[in-house]
Amino acid sequence: MDHAATREEALARIAAAQDLGTLEALRVEFLGKQGSISGLLKTLGAMSPEERQVAGPQIHSLRESVTEALATRKSGLETAALDAQLASEVIDLTLPAPETPRGTIHPVSQVMDELAEIFADMGFSVATGPEIEDDWHNFTALNIPESHPARAMHDTFYFPDKDAEGRAMLLRTHTSPVQIRAMLAQGAPIRIIAPGRVYRSDSDATHTPMFHQVEGLVIDRNITLGHLKWTLETFLKAFFEREDIVLRLRPSYFPFTEPSVEVDVGFALVNGKRVLGGSGDEPGHGWMELLGSGMVNRKVIAAGGLDPDEWQGFAFGVGVDRLAMLKYGMDDLRAFFDGDVRWLAHYGFSPLDVPTLSAGVGARA
Amino acid sequence: MKFSLTWLKDHLETEASAEEISAALNGVGLEVEGIENPADKLGGFVVAKVLTAARHPNADKLQVLTVDTGSGDPLQVVCGAPNARAGMIGVLGLAGAVVPNGGFELKKSAIRGVESNGMMCSVAELGLGDDHDGIIELPGDAPVGMAFAEYHGADPVFDVAITPNRPDCMGVYGIARDLAAFGLGTLKPIAVQQVPGSFPCPLPIRTDDPQGCPAFYGRAIRGVKNGPSPQWLQDRLKSAGQRPISALVDITNYVMLAYGRPAHAYDLAQLSGAIFARRAVEGETVLALNGKEYTLTSEMTVIADDKGVHDIAGIMGGEHSGCSDATTDVLLEVAYFDPTRIGDTGRNLNLTSDARQRFERGVDPAFLDAGLALLTELIVEICGGEPSEIIRAGTPPAGIREVALEPALVERLGGVAIAEDEQVRILAALGFHSTRVEIGQGRKTWRVQVPTWRPDVDGGPDLVEEVVRIHGLDNIASTPLPRADGVVRPTATAEQLLERRVRRAAAALGLHEAITWSFISEREAEAVGALRQAQGERLWVLQNPISEDMKVMRPSLLPGLLSAVRRNMDRGASSVRLFELGRRYLADGEHPTLVLVLAGERSPRSWQGGKAQGFDAFDAKAACLELLRVAGAPVDNLQVMGEAGDTYHPGQSATLRLGPKVQLASFGMVHPSTLKAFDIGVPVAVAGIHLDAIPAKKASGFARSAYAPPALQAVTRDFAFLVDAALPAGDLVRTVKGADKANIVAVRLFDDFRGAGVPEGQKSLAVEVTLQPGEKSFDDVELKAIAERVTAAAAKLGGVLRG
Repeated sequence: MDHAATREEALARIAAAQDLGTLEALRVEFLGKQGSISGLLKTLGAMSPEERQVAGPQIHSLRESVTEALATRKSGLETAALDAQLASEVIDLTLPAPETPRGTIHPVSQVMDELAEIFADMGFSVATGPEIEDDWHNFTALNIPESHPARAMHDTFYFPDKDAEGRAMLLRTHTSPVQIRAMLAQGAPIRIIAPGRVYRSDSDATHTPMFHQVEGLVIDRNITLGHLKWTLETFLKAFFEREDIVLRLRPSYFPFTEPSVEVDVGFALVNGKRVLGGSGDEPGHGWMELLGSGMVNRKVIAAGGLDPDEWQGFAFGVGVDRLAMLKYGMDDLRAFFDGDVRWLAHYGFSPLDVPTLSAGVGARA
Repeated sequence: MKFSLTWLKDHLETEASAEEISAALNGVGLEVEGIENPADKLGGFVVAKVLTAARHPNADKLQVLTVDTGSGDPLQVVCGAPNARAGMIGVLGLAGAVVPNGGFELKKSAIRGVESNGMMCSVAELGLGDDHDGIIELPGDAPVGMAFAEYHGADPVFDVAITPNRPDCMGVYGIARDLAAFGLGTLKPIAVQQVPGSFPCPLPIRTDDPQGCPAFYGRAIRGVKNGPSPQWLQDRLKSAGQRPISALVDITNYVMLAYGRPAHAYDLAQLSGAIFARRAVEGETVLALNGKEYTLTSEMTVIADDKGVHDIAGIMGGEHSGCSDATTDVLLEVAYFDPTRIGDTGRNLNLTSDARQRFERGVDPAFLDAGLALLTELIVEICGGEPSEIIRAGTPPAGIREVALEPALVERLGGVAIAEDEQVRILAALGFHSTRVEIGQGRKTWRVQVPTWRPDVDGGPDLVEEVVRIHGLDNIASTPLPRADGVVRPTATAEQLLERRVRRAAAALGLHEAITWSFISEREAEAVGALRQAQGERLWVLQNPISEDMKVMRPSLLPGLLSAVRRNMDRGASSVRLFELGRRYLADGEHPTLVLVLAGERSPRSWQGGKAQGFDAFDAKAACLELLRVAGAPVDNLQVMGEAGDTYHPGQSATLRLGPKVQLASFGMVHPSTLKAFDIGVPVAVAGIHLDAIPAKKASGFARSAYAPPALQAVTRDFAFLVDAALPAGDLVRTVKGADKANIVAVRLFDDFRGAGVPEGQKSLAVEVTLQPGEKSFDDVELKAIAERVTAAAAKLGGVLRG
């Protein structure tokens, strides 16, 4: 018996099947329990060994080719179905995705973190103190006498209140009272920086009644002006990440230091902006005043509860907002305190810009 | 303090250039704020001789000159000055030169049809004075063709900032002394010529206020002729930025600016009886030289005669007794006033003057006689007259102090080794006399006598400063601070770490960090704390605010942020996410706080979401809890409670507490009245965290507890309960969670439904309960028992399991 016609017909019908349902029906028709090819297989049992030897391979071959054709067709139909489904699922990926709001760190906070990182490497910890101070910590202990102009109403914000000891309460005019508090609290030796808000009754394009300062204080046994110079040079080089920072020290006067030194830093004018670096005496360069500093006055050390014959050291103070402006290029101090989200998005820093020494403390534009 | 190079050279023999002098001034601590050189503006102007002068053919008042410029052909110049004539030598501005007074550039031009190649200039046009009546006439020997800048001589003017500790440098002489010590030249001694009096002083002089005015020296000079002062004197005053007035006034100003010695010259005819220093009578008034009337107090010292006040002592003279052109007899006052008294008086009157600046810093108490002699000499020389004998009322303080200087101190403090004899030399050049003394056990030190003009020096470190600044701060070598072995130790405190983490977490949530003013207006303080204030909470209110908007120390960070929200909205922002980490100022101290505000749109209208979505209280809650978690607060133990305060929407706000008394945070929607007070038209969600209320984390090492995942997988079961609509969902969740602590590890509420199928006044809350099997899987009996415990627990809250 020849199965060629059966095979041909079956294969043709399988090839013509247009969906998986039809294909399954054909599988049942051919290979199901009652299927035609299954029926042929059953006839083998009744055959003589000789007949079976001839018919067996023919029927098995028929079954195999139909099985294979079913599988091939099934995979073809499935692929086509998936293709059709995918074709129907096309989306326009030029459409905008939902926006992720991006927050920022204020430049003042960022710079304070940078300062903490740099000074930590030099062994300084960060100290804080109250902003509502008494006049002893803010003035008297810092050797600023009663008649000093800084105490006048036009520079200092006063409260009508007095503290328990009868001291006039005021808003600290500098971070220097933290020197006194740190000495009284932790004794010597001491290495601290003290960043924070300070207040002066002053308001114009370059002055705001509130601004930020960072104080530095080192008290130990053999600290000299040479250490002060090194510390400031090292700090400024690290902060601006430039090796060509040049300082000019000028003798000056502050009641709380003796000798007192004002520190200028050399800059170049680049496109109308001051870029720190190089000596201020070079052509096209200039000096700008950046820091006040000096050897801590003996009276101040005594006010801090230490023996000035045993302990000595230096202190310095610099504007944090000013450092931020010089490094990151803002030019209006008032904008720092406005909360304008456009300004904050422009000048603020990613929360991932955590200053580290290995990455460089600064965040590049 | 401004002075010209010429003036400096009156006192300092030097060949140094302006640049060298400027560098030296900065080097010794006299900060140069600017150098102005009038000659810099005279480029293009030359000394020129008028060869011919003829009438302009088309204008009566103009002349046509031919002018010799010393080179090339004579130039034709049209000139309108009446004094222009053939033979005179003047100053010609060539085409291209910029006229200093007016700033316009000269060009070759035709004036009424006649070509003109430049301009013959007046004194005023060159910015050298006020005279504009005619063109400058130079002496006949002026070299024709020389650049006028060169002929006129460069006389740069230095503008120097004097620190308050240096009254001696409030005079050119003192500055010259510092420069000489620095090695820039030789200090010329002051030539004081005592002029003897020829008759007794016609007025008694005394001081009735020896505290405020310990010494009052004076004398009369009669028969003087007042008028303009000589050119050299005018030039010096002008370089100092002062306008010459009359010889008598100019001479007192000159002695003040040259030697730091203020004085006053009264018109003797205006005085009657005695002249004396006394305390002002409370409420007494005086019309000062600036034309303003001042009301005095009994704390102020004045100079008066028998009729009334003539001078606010040491600060400003009176209008009525000053010298005028009619003055023929003067009375000179050279006094010593108490610096503190002068400072207080000046501040209280809000009146500053050159005299006050010097007296309040402390003038040289040993220079009264010299000052009086210098004044007398100049007046007699310039105005003529005959001086009286001197009356010296009172005694100035001696001003003599001795300070010990151990030479090693210079290196110990200054970090630079300077030889002992060089130290002594520097001090001597500044007027300090050092004597070597034994201090026992063979040790020697220096006893240094401080000059009377240096009231600021009273200790060893002051002398170190003197030595080091003259030696040069540039000579101090940078010395590294000693460094501990190994890498840097951590320095940040727990509070600092918390602030850093919370700040960056807030920014990572999409919020911009703002810094707002610490002070707010009373109105704003009221808008966020009327209730608290009514309960007696005291605020810090400034006595002297810079404005009403900046008067009260903020008891909350909210007003500053709400004002920022308004400004952003006014600028067209549709969504504002801000936070601030700063202090609140309360009666009991300053509290670190974080406040965040979410205003306007959480998400803008979009093709996906349709309309814009506003922020709601749950946005604030989510951010608040996340920041508390970052801060290390035990967020799972927090209770959501009420009483968030009257700035919040009463029905859409809550506090987060650890027990009823410890509030860590609050969040919710801002009360519409508060928004109105801040003029904000959109809903604002807000959260505030009291950072100092968060319990400190226990110190721990680095190793975590062992990781032990459960052997069997957790299963979940859903329950829905009908409960009273007013029941807080959190109560149900907490109750369900506590129903079977051994097996229930989590309960998550996923549905809050009201409406169809739910009775009026009730709601359906659905929770997903996670059960964690231990050693073996739950069987049906166990699951049924757990479900019954859950249902029973919910029933205690009136919850009925839905079928």
